[in-house]
Amino acid sequence: MILLLMAAAAFGIVKLRNLFAVVMLSGIFSLLAASLYVHLTAVDVAFTEASVGAGISTLLLLATIAITGEYEKKNTTSNFIPLLIVVITGVALIYGTLDMPLYGAADAPANVHLIPRFIEQSGTEIGIPNIVTSVLASYRSYDTLGETVVIFTAAIGVLVLLGRGRNRWRPGIAKDATTKNGENEI
Amino acid sequence: MNNHSILRVVSKFMIPFILLFALYVQFHGDFGPGGGFQAGVIFAAAFILYGLIYGVEKARKVLPATATRILLALGVLLYAGTGLFGIFMGGNFLDFNVLAATTVGGQHLGILLVEFGVGVTVAATMVTIFFVFAGQDF
Repeated sequence: MILLLMAAAAFGIVKLRNLFAVVMLSGIFSLLAASLYVHLTAVDVAFTEASVGAGISTLLLLATIAITGEYEKKNTTSNFIPLLIVVITGVALIYGTLDMPLYGAADAPANVHLIPRFIEQSGTEIGIPNIVTSVLASYRSYDTLGETVVIFTAAIGVLVLLGRGRNRWRPGIAKDATTKNGENEI
Repeated sequence: MNNHSILRVVSKFMIPFILLFALYVQFHGDFGPGGGFQAGVIFAAAFILYGLIYGVEKARKVLPATATRILLALGVLLYAGTGLFGIFMGGNFLDFNVLAATTVGGQHLGILLVEFGVGVTVAATMVTIFFVFAGQDF
């Protein structure tokens, strides 16, 4: 049921030209994904998906369409070849899932390698009830450091592209810049 | 949005609770779902709500651009600094066992600091991105 609703939302996102509706649908898509993760008992991931996917990124996209305008341009070029590529990739991915172990299978590699060790040892090694946190912050600390740097880089990128530098002249803000001695950063 | 008195009053009531919930998610991440990333996003959401209702100018008075930029770097530095401190204490980079007298205590301290670093950077990033986008006047 959740998957059907997700498919419907995705189809709407592809078809609609009104970007406001598209942003709302992508928020709904994220919320549905979050409930799917809860169903798979991955509450940490669901929490992240709900707060980031459905919350912040919807807001940021809304802020973006406030700048760019609400309607998408009509696509005039033929979209047969892109469709073909997407269909071939999709079929290949579905073919790939046929080899995967069943969800929750006891002998699946995900359940045999490392995970039992984390479940058995993290209580004595880390001493924190939430194993997800101890894996994220301690066992996989390098990965999380990398993620934090990625977030940091994203902010730097936005600042470089859109931020108003201290001494940079821009036609739209020239008036403010002179009144406040060029220090009107946002 | 100066005329929406219901929005203004309700958001004023809600913002302290959003901030409190963010801190709960931040420091309760050891025991339940949550952690630095989610907490940072929720913390930023409170400031973004304030910015939406009262305008970016006023929100920037609460949280100036310089402050978010410093916090942005501070989070990453706190994370990497915790890792480097592990080296000074005689362990490997990001080895939390050596941070305190016992290994479990060290792990607790390390995870707390690291998650806090993640939270600070994420919150500052989200606030920065939103205010930069919303502050465009063209």
